[in-house]
Amino acid sequence: MEHIVIIGNGISGVTAARHIRKLSDKKITIVSAETDYFFSRTALMYVYMGHMKFEHTQPYENWFWKKNRIELLKGFVTAVDHEKKTLILAEGKELAYDKLIIATGSKPNKFGWPGQDLKGVQGLYSKQDLDKIEANAPNKEACNRAVIVGGGLIGIELAEMLRSRKIPVTFLVRENSFWNGVLPSGESEMINEHILEHHIDLKLETNLVEIIADENGRAKAITTDKGETIECNVVGLTAGVTPNIDFLKDSGIELGRGVKVNRFLETNIKDIYAIGDCAEQHEAIGNRRPIEAVWYTGRMMGEALAQTICGKPRQYSPGHWFNSAKFLDIEYQTYGWVFSERSKQEHESHFHWRHASEKICITASYHKDSKKFLGINTFGIRMRHEIFDRWLTEERDIDHVMQYLKDANFDPEFYSHYEEEIISKYNSVMQTNLSVQKKSWKRIFSKA
Amino acid sequence: MKAIKNLGLVIFLIGLAVFAAVPVLGTFSLDQNTFDEIVKEKNIKSDVFIQSINENVVGKDFNGMLSLSPTISSALDAANNQHKKNKEYNKVIYTSGHDMAALVGKKSGTGFISQNKGLMWFLSFGLGIIGALMFILPNVILLGKKGIKNDGVYHDSATNRGWIAWLVFIFLVSFYLILYFRPEFAVNWTFLVDPISESLSGNPAGHWFVYGFMYCTVMTVMAVRMYIKYRHNVYQVVRTTSVLFFQIVFAFLIPEMMVRLQMPYYDFKNAFPLDYDFFFQWNLKELLNSGGIGLFILVWGIVLTLVIVPVMVYFFGKRWYCSWVCGCGGLAETLGDPYRQHSSKSLFSWKVERWLIHGVLLFAVVMTGMTLYSFFTESSTIFGIKTQSVQNTYSLLIGAIFAGVIGTGFYPIFGNRVWCRFGCPLAAYLGFVQRFKSRFRITTNGGQCISCGNCSTYCEQGIDVRAYAQKGENIVRSSCVGCGVCSAVCPRGVLKLENGPEEGRINPTEVLLGNDVDLMDLVNKK
Ligand SMILES: Cc1cc2nc3c(=O)[nH]c(=O)nc-3n(C[C@H](O)[C@H](O)[C@H](O)COP(=O)(O)OP(=O)(O)OC[C@H]3O[C@@H](n4cnc5c(N)ncnc54)[C@H](O)[C@@H]3O)c2cc1C
Ligand code: SF4
Ligand code: SF4
Repeated sequence: MEHIVIIGNGISGVTAARHIRKLSDKKITIVSAETDYFFSRTALMYVYMGHMKFEHTQPYENWFWKKNRIELLKGFVTAVDHEKKTLILAEGKELAYDKLIIATGSKPNKFGWPGQDLKGVQGLYSKQDLDKIEANAPNKEACNRAVIVGGGLIGIELAEMLRSRKIPVTFLVRENSFWNGVLPSGESEMINEHILEHHIDLKLETNLVEIIADENGRAKAITTDKGETIECNVVGLTAGVTPNIDFLKDSGIELGRGVKVNRFLETNIKDIYAIGDCAEQHEAIGNRRPIEAVWYTGRMMGEALAQTICGKPRQYSPGHWFNSAKFLDIEYQTYGWVFSERSKQEHESHFHWRHASEKICITASYHKDSKKFLGINTFGIRMRHEIFDRWLTEERDIDHVMQYLKDANFDPEFYSHYEEEIISKYNSVMQTNLSVQKKSWKRIFSKA
Repeated sequence: MKAIKNLGLVIFLIGLAVFAAVPVLGTFSLDQNTFDEIVKEKNIKSDVFIQSINENVVGKDFNGMLSLSPTISSALDAANNQHKKNKEYNKVIYTSGHDMAALVGKKSGTGFISQNKGLMWFLSFGLGIIGALMFILPNVILLGKKGIKNDGVYHDSATNRGWIAWLVFIFLVSFYLILYFRPEFAVNWTFLVDPISESLSGNPAGHWFVYGFMYCTVMTVMAVRMYIKYRHNVYQVVRTTSVLFFQIVFAFLIPEMMVRLQMPYYDFKNAFPLDYDFFFQWNLKELLNSGGIGLFILVWGIVLTLVIVPVMVYFFGKRWYCSWVCGCGGLAETLGDPYRQHSSKSLFSWKVERWLIHGVLLFAVVMTGMTLYSFFTESSTIFGIKTQSVQNTYSLLIGAIFAGVIGTGFYPIFGNRVWCRFGCPLAAYLGFVQRFKSRFRITTNGGQCISCGNCSTYCEQGIDVRAYAQKGENIVRSSCVGCGVCSAVCPRGVLKLENGPEEGRINPTEVLLGNDVDLMDLVNKK
């Protein structure tokens, strides 16, 4: 029986394992060092905030693995010997494989800041990081202030976590507005306001210079490039992530920033594959980045690779881009591509609408000549994935999207609707005379 | 703000302490006239009992129910034993000792409590309400910006099965035990609400009136908490208002008014088989003897169960009843909301759930079948089994212990829908309709789920919502009561409760939207 070994029990490795099991009878082993069982990394924050217990982040009950004959092995892989088709584990144990899937995820970036390894300095990625933050910042008495370095999605999550225990937070962001490398300015500004509403001390265009230690080797303050010194007990490093592949350095597997893979997710070495956060495409797919460190990508790669492993070779060819996040109280969804002013191409135009008083807005992007709809960002309004996916496939123009926006609304029942407001702004900006079409179940459920 | 909250807590606890102390306080002195009235009213033929009470109770002062109740119970037991021994069956008294003590207590309460009803009401209910509101209202400001407010749920002893939760558990269970099995200790409570009862139905309050009044009060206060907690979520606000309205108007006010108008006591929204004694002989007789309104209620009750309930479930799902109308659901969604995370999500619990709830439904149906058979044939047994004893067993095990003591008492430990999930026969029936013939579903939003588990954690019905959502599959489960909280707590906007065409409602998927379209076609077509 062929033995499939997967390193990493994150979403990508586990999805691959589940699908391989569905398609075949192969022997499957997942080796991972972090936790005994698969858990959802995206939910770490909710454990600290007391919304959930850690066990709630585990999507499958503990009997699931045995029942599905997926063997779990806790251990750290220190090296891969592809000639002998063997893994070397930390205690010197070895594990033979027939096919190997590398799904080792990421680790937080550290940019060589002085003091970055002091006590009280940490990232937020793993279960161990969760335990650390619980120890470092149990309450506002033990932690008088935390400084978070890096204004991305994990940074704002960490800020929200600490604020849930009323810990004062200073948030250093390199850009001149929150996440504006990704978000268009209107949205980014709205999030800036919201961050301040939550009493987070947001410092834009500010970089970390140094973390200063006290006599016990614990962080006691930081300095910024604005010459400021900020006293703090905890420093959160959330300036992005890098593939977690140090153990592969001398393995002969081709590495870039991540493990280099082709569209079949194969590495340069036969029978070794890489998926999820640690995989790097030779060439970016469409507008995607070569390394896509998001949950959905890990899952999709796992789904695709299982087919290949089980004898039905299939490229990783994802559909339309989508993503979501939550900035404190504001939910964000995106479908298709909406680029920020900093990275958008010349043909991409935006239509932006923001609610007069609530923190609700949308930005739709379209081709400035053909008016083809390219994508949408929504804040504080939920949208139907299926509808936008279909509109993108059908290459609808933005007028169509605006008229049929009600079909796409996914907010809970009885919520206020904003389509009328949106379209009237659209009409006045675009010199059109469109009107909102009533929601139609028939359209929503028609399979194009 | 914090100070107001703390003061509120203190006031609330004082009210609670008074309420908890009242049952064992008070003076009871039965005079001869009153006892003669009771004898007449209850048609008591036991000379032994009458004599014993005349000697030991009448004209004496009893300090608290703890001393009165045993005297009456033992007099009653002794009398019954003697009559049974002498085969004087016509003299045996069938009222239980506890009910008799309650009756005597109600008529003979003389102490401070029964003479200062208003004041005592204020010191218990009044302080409780004021204190609770002072504790809850500052949250408008303290909770900060509107949004999901589950911070610290698992850090707080009250909501994480800590010692506070266990105290609440003990309090609730004791309360229900008194209500169902020791009504004499509720007598003093009834004094507190006599004025209210008299103004509604014209009669002094019984212990069920205390319960009804308390139910409404607790729901109202805790609904205020819901409004504040979910003020960003219109669905929750509307739903809470609805369930509160039906409790206060349909379950409480209308039945009391009907009594005043010499009509049968009836809750128009309480559908059989939740209303398990609807077809009991005494009820049918009462309805048939009540003229037009009785007949109307009879027809309404049958139409409600056979037509209105299933048709509404077809269009809106079982939520229209369970989380918009039902009284049990109403309490669960208000008082029970802080405990919703305790329902077990394991596959094992789901198995237990299916056996239990369908077992209870079967029990209810068989019992009702026997009841009707007995009613029409006027024979009291079927295959040698006494209909009456089946009814009594159901009333005790299901009606009192399961629905009451466990159903509500266990809130702080097993979550707020223990009864609705494991026991309610009406829920089982609605569930069949919802699962197999309904337009309701919770739509999963394509591939957006990040498997975080908020939805499953906060599902009061113990549904592992995430198990479906992370597969891109809609949630169509017989037990879902449509509370909408899974959708509210989802940080990625993945879930939407909606009523739509039946086609495509159930959509098993393996590969989720967002991936290779050909792969999706290949894997998902079955
Ligand atoms: C706090 C946080 C919030 C996030 N929120 C979102 C979100 O909202 N949406 C979204 O799309 N994405 C989110 N992400 C990103 C998402 O979680 C990742 O993209 C995803 O978890 C990557 O999955 P993976 O399977 O590739 O790797 P991982 O989940 O990182 O799993 C890899 C596993 O392999 C183990 N491992 C690594 N090396 C070895 C070794 N040598 N030997 C043994 N075991 C090893 C690791 O310990 C780890 O357990 C978030 C990430 C974090 C940290
Ligand atoms: S599935 Fe959602 S709506 Fe249904 S009962 Fe559970 S939490 Fe409520
Ligand atoms: S709460 Fe939302 S994102 Fe989290 S597991 Fe449930 S459906 Fe998925």
